This record gives sequence, structure tokens and C-alpha cells, in this order.
Amino acid sequence: MSTASFVPMTLPRTASGGRVTQLRVIVSEWTKFRSLRSTRYTLLATVGLTVGLALAAAVLVATQWATMTPANKATFQPLNVSLVGASIGVMVIGVLGVLMMTSEYATGLVSSTFAAVPKRLPVLWGKAAVYSAIAMSVTVPAMLIAFFSTQAILSGNHAQIAFGHTGVARAVIGSALYLTIAGLLGLGLGGIFRSTAAAVTSLTVILFVLPVISFILPAGLSNTISPYLPGNAGQAIMDIAPQAHTLTPWVGLGVFAAYAFAALAAAAVLLVKRDV
Amino acid sequence: MIVVDNLTKRYGEKTAVDGLTFTVRPGMVTGFLGPNGSGKSTTMRLILGLHAPTSGSATVNGTRYAARKAPLRDVGVLLEARAIHPGRSAYDHLLAQAQTQGISRARVSELVEFVGLQDVAKKRAGQFSLGMGQRLGIASALLGDPATLILDEPINGLDPDGIHWMRGLLKTLAAEGRTVFLSSHLMSEMALTADHLIIIGRGRLIRDISMDALVQKSSTRIVRVRSPQATQLRALVVAHDATITSEAHDLLDIDGLTAEQIGRIAAAHGIVLFELTPQTTSLEDAFMELTRDEVEYRNASINAGVTDAAGVAA
Repeated sequence: MSTASFVPMTLPRTASGGRVTQLRVIVSEWTKFRSLRSTRYTLLATVGLTVGLALAAAVLVATQWATMTPANKATFQPLNVSLVGASIGVMVIGVLGVLMMTSEYATGLVSSTFAAVPKRLPVLWGKAAVYSAIAMSVTVPAMLIAFFSTQAILSGNHAQIAFGHTGVARAVIGSALYLTIAGLLGLGLGGIFRSTAAAVTSLTVILFVLPVISFILPAGLSNTISPYLPGNAGQAIMDIAPQAHTLTPWVGLGVFAAYAFAALAAAAVLLVKRDV
Repeated sequence: MIVVDNLTKRYGEKTAVDGLTFTVRPGMVTGFLGPNGSGKSTTMRLILGLHAPTSGSATVNGTRYAARKAPLRDVGVLLEARAIHPGRSAYDHLLAQAQTQGISRARVSELVEFVGLQDVAKKRAGQFSLGMGQRLGIASALLGDPATLILDEPINGLDPDGIHWMRGLLKTLAAEGRTVFLSSHLMSEMALTADHLIIIGRGRLIRDISMDALVQKSSTRIVRVRSPQATQLRALVVAHDATITSEAHDLLDIDGLTAEQIGRIAAAHGIVLFELTPQTTSLEDAFMELTRDEVEYRNASINAGVTDAAGVAA
């Protein structure tokens, strides 16, 4: 009747452990994060885009430099070349944030997760903590690599800018913060919508569509609203020269972070209130 | 001990669980039986605090599940539809579960072996068969060596060896004094596994009954007799206060006398018998009988083109 390997046996009784704590949930969320191939690929794609696009732009500038007009050379912003990849990479890392939450719902894992952590909120904070630590440790080096490699290429035409130049270090490191916060916004939206498609769509609208729509508004209104739109506010950290109708760098990043925290707070409220 | 008290859950217009009250006791296997869509999974989700009840309450060992500090140590859970990420290995899935309450890696490895998944533990769980998924679910449920087990359709999808193993395991766990509560929509599964049954239909309690009592109830007293002198025998048994439930020209179904009694009556009057057979009703038939109203309702609904409200777990 039975086979040798599945003879009913007494359950070994060496269970260890104790209460659920925030730290333990963070460790658990780290295990979840590192044990999926998709998360590693998404991080790799973020680095690839931020560094790769910057390099491509730098090479393009270097090859065109000889034919550029003096006026174009005078207004050329070497820092923008280094940061161009971040404005695209933001979507990839934003989706990573979304997926950390929505994949739980898509696979049904969320039932196991909340059965293990019935208070639920430690899971959201655990994901936010694990994501933030990983995102920072990946995006800061990525932005530094993007900066120094592109400036090295531009220096062939003496068009580079130094890391010590006023505002450059802030813009480069700030771009990494912008990317990291975008993922937290994605995490919050993922918790609110629970569906990948809905959360990614809303993230795209918030980061890319709203700034475009604001152009349609009457100029006065557009100039008032536009600086406070999430995408515009967040990208203010990348400016080294003051721009019209733009928040100052740190205020802009602060506003962007406030949007992310608002999304996380809404997700927290819904997570506790709603049925799984 | 699981205590469900007047538990009700409504999703909009649809009532999935309707004033359910029952107690699941330790030291035995309690089967939670009902047709698909009768509210078994919803009830389990309510017990686990994954869904909030509209009214009523459910406690495990006197405490609401959601208020537990170390839930996996107290209650082991296996949920239907394989609540795992297909891209993660079985080992990593269990490890992530264990780490939420500081359960050791050694314990995770121990359970991987206990359920027989050691050869595939590092493979992506998405490649698992349903049976392997159930073993993984059992490993997850047993991580914290819990006193209470809540298992949604644990036998579903297992191969014959797996079913045999699962039955043995559940009985062993109950014999150790644990509370074992498992759902199924198949009476045949429960007949061999459960000591006690809670039968529901359309979210309402139909029977809270021990398996022994159900077996007793479902065995009928009808005896089938075939005799060339059926007419003569008919008159004799009716005189003994028996009733004839059906008859053909040489066939009688007799209710109210045992086969032994009928045999003696026939012998005393020199009546020839070709056949004397006590009729048995299977537990399956008994279950069908108990839940017939519910099933009829469902069939009528399906015929009328009415579908179950989306999002209501079976």
C-alpha cells in the first residue's frame, strides 16, 4: 500500500522561533527578494538603462562635437548626459516596487504571507525597508558609474563637468534617491491596486503622462501646478542651474517623497481594512 | 480547539457564510465537508482573519487568529490554490515563512525531508505537480509544530501513495492531541480520514456529527428478499409490523425486520428463499442525501444561467 519513502511518521518536534517581529519580517522579505530571478533581472535592467543610455548619449555627443555650432557648445549641459538614463530607468525600478507587492496577490502567496504575519503592516514596512536598502545600494553606484564614465568620454572634447562642481554631487546622488523613491511610490501603488496592470498604469500616468497633460492647461495654471507634479518635482534634484517654474532641488525631492509616503500610507490603511 | 460562533460573511448581495456555529475539538480529525461553493474556504479564511466576518466570531484556542504573536507556532495553515510564488524554490518559500517568527533553517530542512521534497527543494515551485504543491503546503503548515492545523483540501491532487501518506499523517497528528481541521468536497475522502464531520451547504450548517453516528444513521434496515412464494411471505412480514418499500413479482424490499428475523419467518412457514440481502447505503449516498437541497439549488441556478458572484472563494 505505501512506499518506503512516505511511511507515516511522527513529526519531528524541534520547532524553534518565537514571536513575529519587524526585524524578522524584514529578514523574511529579504529572503523573498533574493530568491526570485525576476527581481535580480529588474535591478540589472535598471542599472543597464541608467548607465547604458548615458553612455550612448555621451558617445553620440562625442561623435557630433566637431560639427556642433559654438552656440550649441556654449549651452551644452554635460551633467544632463550622465543623468539621461535615470529618467527612463525610473520606470523599471518603479515597476520593481510595484511587483514586490502585486506578485503576492497575483500568485496567491499573500494568503500565506498574512497568515504568518496577521498584523499585515510589518509586511509592507518590511518590503519598503528591503527595497530601499537594495535600491540605494544599486542606484548610487550606478549613477556614479554613469557620471564618471560619461564625463570621461566627454573629456575627450574638454566638454566634461567635474564632480566637485557646485551641485553636481547632489544631482548625481540625488538621482539615485529619485530612482529609489520612485520604487517606493510603485510599492505603495501596488498595495493600493493589488493588480500589476493597474499599478503600473497609474505609475506611468503619474510619472510621464501628468507632466504632458499639464502643458495643455493655460500657461498660468500650468506654471503653478506643473512644479508640484510628482515626476517634475522629483527631477528637480537633477538640475544644477535654477530653472523657471521648477521647485528647488531638495524641496522638489521632498515633494516627490511626500507622494510616495502618501501612496504607502494609503496602501497601509487599505491593507489592514480590506479582505485578502 | 477552534470555536466558530454565529459566523456570517456577506459579499455584497451574496451570503457566503450564514450564521455558522461549530466547535472543532483536539485529538481527532474533523472533516469540513460540503459541495464546491458551499463556503468552506471562506469559513477557513474567516477563522484565519484573512477575511473579516460581517458578524459573529471565530477563535483558535480562545484567541482571535489575528491577535496571535507567533501564529505559525500555534496554528498550521494550508490554503487552497497553492499560496506560493511559482518562481521561488520550495526551500526558499518555507524559509521566508519560517523567518517571520525566527524558526530555524534546520527546522525548514527537517520538514523538507519529512514531506519527501528533499530532491526538488531547490527547484522552482512553479514546476511542481499539484501533489508536490500539497506536500509543500503541509511542510509549511507544520513549520512551527502547531497544536492546531487548518487545511483546505489537503488531499486534493495527491496520488494514491500521497493520499495514504496524508491520511496516516493526519491521524498521527490528531493522535498526538492536536486539533486537525480539514476541508473536502468528497465524502469518500472523509470516510477514511475523519473522526468527526461538520457538513455545510450554502454557508449553513447541515450536520455536526461523529463519523460513527453518520455511519449508523446511513445504514438502512431494508432487506431485499427474492422468493417464488413472495406473496405468501409478504403477508407474513406485514403481520410482523414490517413495511414493504418496493416489490416485483418475486422480489420484496422489507423495512422493519432483520435478515435473520425474515429467514426464521420463512423457515417456520416452509417458504423457499433465493436471496436474502441487507441493503447498505454508502456514506456517499448519505452525503448526497444531506446536501441534496443545496445541489438542486445550484443546478437550478446553473440552468438559469446564474453564476456565482466573482471573488467568493469556494
